Amino acid sequence: MQSLVIVAHGSHLNPESSAPTYDHADTIRASGAFDEVKTGFWKEEPHFREVLRTVEGDEVYVVPLFVSEGYFTEQVIPRELRLEGWDVSEWDSDGLSADQATLVAEDVGREVHYCGPVGTHRAMTDVIERRAESVTGDPDVGEGFGLAVVGHGTERNENSAKAIEYHADRIAERGRFDEVKALYMDEDPEVDDLPEHFESDDVVLVPLFIADGYHTQEDIPEDVGLCEDHTEGYDVPTAVDGTRIWYAGAVGTEPLMADVILERAADAGADLGDALAAVRETTRVAAGD
Amino acid sequence: MAEPTPDAAPATDDDGTATTDDELTVPEIDLPSDAFDAVLDALSDLAPDERLRFEGFAVGRDAADEDAAYVLDPAGDDARTGLSERDLHAALVDRAAAVTDWYVFERVVGEFGPRRAFLRWIEDADGATVEARYAALAAGIERAWGQLRITATITDRGERRYEVRHEADAGVSREELTAHDDPLDAREIVKLDGTGRYRPLKTAPTLRTGWVFPDLGPKVVYETVETIYPATVANWHREREGELDVNHWRETMERQSGIYGVIQTWDRGEGHEHVNWVAEACCDDSQCLKRREWEYDDDTDLDVDGGDGVFPCREPCSVVVSAARKWTRLESEQPRTYEFELTPSEKDQLEAIVDAVADGRIDEIREADTKEGANRYRTRFLRAKLFDDDGNLGGVPTDPDDAE
Repeated sequence: MQSLVIVAHGSHLNPESSAPTYDHADTIRASGAFDEVKTGFWKEEPHFREVLRTVEGDEVYVVPLFVSEGYFTEQVIPRELRLEGWDVSEWDSDGLSADQATLVAEDVGREVHYCGPVGTHRAMTDVIERRAESVTGDPDVGEGFGLAVVGHGTERNENSAKAIEYHADRIAERGRFDEVKALYMDEDPEVDDLPEHFESDDVVLVPLFIADGYHTQEDIPEDVGLCEDHTEGYDVPTAVDGTRIWYAGAVGTEPLMADVILERAADAGADLGDALAAVRETTRVAAGD
Repeated sequence: MAEPTPDAAPATDDDGTATTDDELTVPEIDLPSDAFDAVLDALSDLAPDERLRFEGFAVGRDAADEDAAYVLDPAGDDARTGLSERDLHAALVDRAAAVTDWYVFERVVGEFGPRRAFLRWIEDADGATVEARYAALAAGIERAWGQLRITATITDRGERRYEVRHEADAGVSREELTAHDDPLDAREIVKLDGTGRYRPLKTAPTLRTGWVFPDLGPKVVYETVETIYPATVANWHREREGELDVNHWRETMERQSGIYGVIQTWDRGEGHEHVNWVAEACCDDSQCLKRREWEYDDDTDLDVDGGDGVFPCREPCSVVVSAARKWTRLESEQPRTYEFELTPSEKDQLEAIVDAVADGRIDEIREADTKEGANRYRTRFLRAKLFDDDGNLGGVPTDPDDAE
């Protein structure tokens, strides 16, 4: 019996923080790839600490719904899941290449395949592009458009910026958008000056965050100038200094994200049948009239 | 495998019903073909001398004769051998209650420990006889689980059906409640309380009312309960098995890192009074339905009661850890002496305000009830009289350096 456990941050304050986790779990459940799909959280229940004891299967895949490798994926989650003998070197990662490590979870005495985070997986690049499609309602969006991939950025963890750059570079190489930039909230180049970084009249802004919350609903819209005060709301697109900004909100809310979770589990050896194709089909953006 | 029991098959009268001592009526059960097929399937895996045991009887294979391949072992002394499949079927139809009971727990509920233990607990399957349970299920067995009221019943084919609703809706007709059949619908039910506020703690006693899962099977009732109160069955099951892994306050705080690492500075082995305060604040039955099993450390119990909840709490939860981080900061401050004057009633009023906020009674205090210390008008009067323009009580600055 094959089980998938999606672990995410969750929130004590924001009821919508766990919504994308549940949505992606539902998509994967409907695909039939796993006998069971469970969710566990740092700030909600079941906690990381207890989620594995709710799992029935003997082949267990744990996928962190986090953007980058770092504190959560390397310390908190393995510790709280009680992965015996965990050492981050098991992943042998350069900050982008963590795939999976197979370890025994002490409290349930069962092996689990602990996967790298969704945010650094190559399939995440497609989700960012898909996010641009869904926010513009145009499955062919690209020509005449710039794309800004925006991350938190922090001096405390260099991996945080790596994921943003990785996907921005990949999208740029594909040549679909006229311009692609990686921008940050807390380090240079900053998202505040977005129009200065682009020549295009239209720019899609995709924040590489898992859930919509303070940063994506308050900070970024205000910093970028989409609104003075986030409580007033903003239009999509909103013109700022002559640039039309198509603000996408957290990429993690995009339905195609379920595909990346599946890819992580597949890389760790899960048998998915035709679930990947089914999920890609059910989450695509329909062409407009 | 169902536990073998030495009891004789229940005495039945001509129409297959029986009456137990407390006059519950045992329902007549039809043997579903699924259950019979499952018995045949189980028998095909047995060695000739092995028996599939039910309450009061057992069946096996008689390999010597393929056309009369089955054996029935009543608990008494007239074992019957050489039964054809048709004979076996007839014998099991007469014993349909025991067969369907085996089928429900062995094939429908399955082996997963917490689910199996929970569903057996609901109908006291490890204590009561099939006869007594079927009679009780026919009347409806009710169990409480936190704020849930779970009612188990049985169909005339021996299948278990379960209804889940809020205990406060016990007397409400189903038609007046919003009905659900997907366990995952419960995620929406648990998200907000009855006033629309987010519930960060799923075991807070603030589950909203007005909904019902009227007709669930054994697997989904377990999923529904686990969605409403995550991991509670798993930990309750561990506790019953004597395997609950309790992590006490000290070890839990010692493993905190990042922004929570600061809690260790509050926890220097200098007594545990502060942890009593934490438990009193957070782990009271009025705030959480779990029964606190964690203490200060292995050797030191907390002085406050752990509560009466049916499901155990095995370590300080993330809400407690977050609050403890805040209290670590606040408790690192040195006390100061402030001097300002209050009338006795004003002091009483401040105490009443703290009580009302701490107990969540603000909304119960009526607009015009100025007898209540935490009444809004009375509190606004206190603020108008005693606070200066900077919000300082008694006009005394919080930081003496701010005094002009």
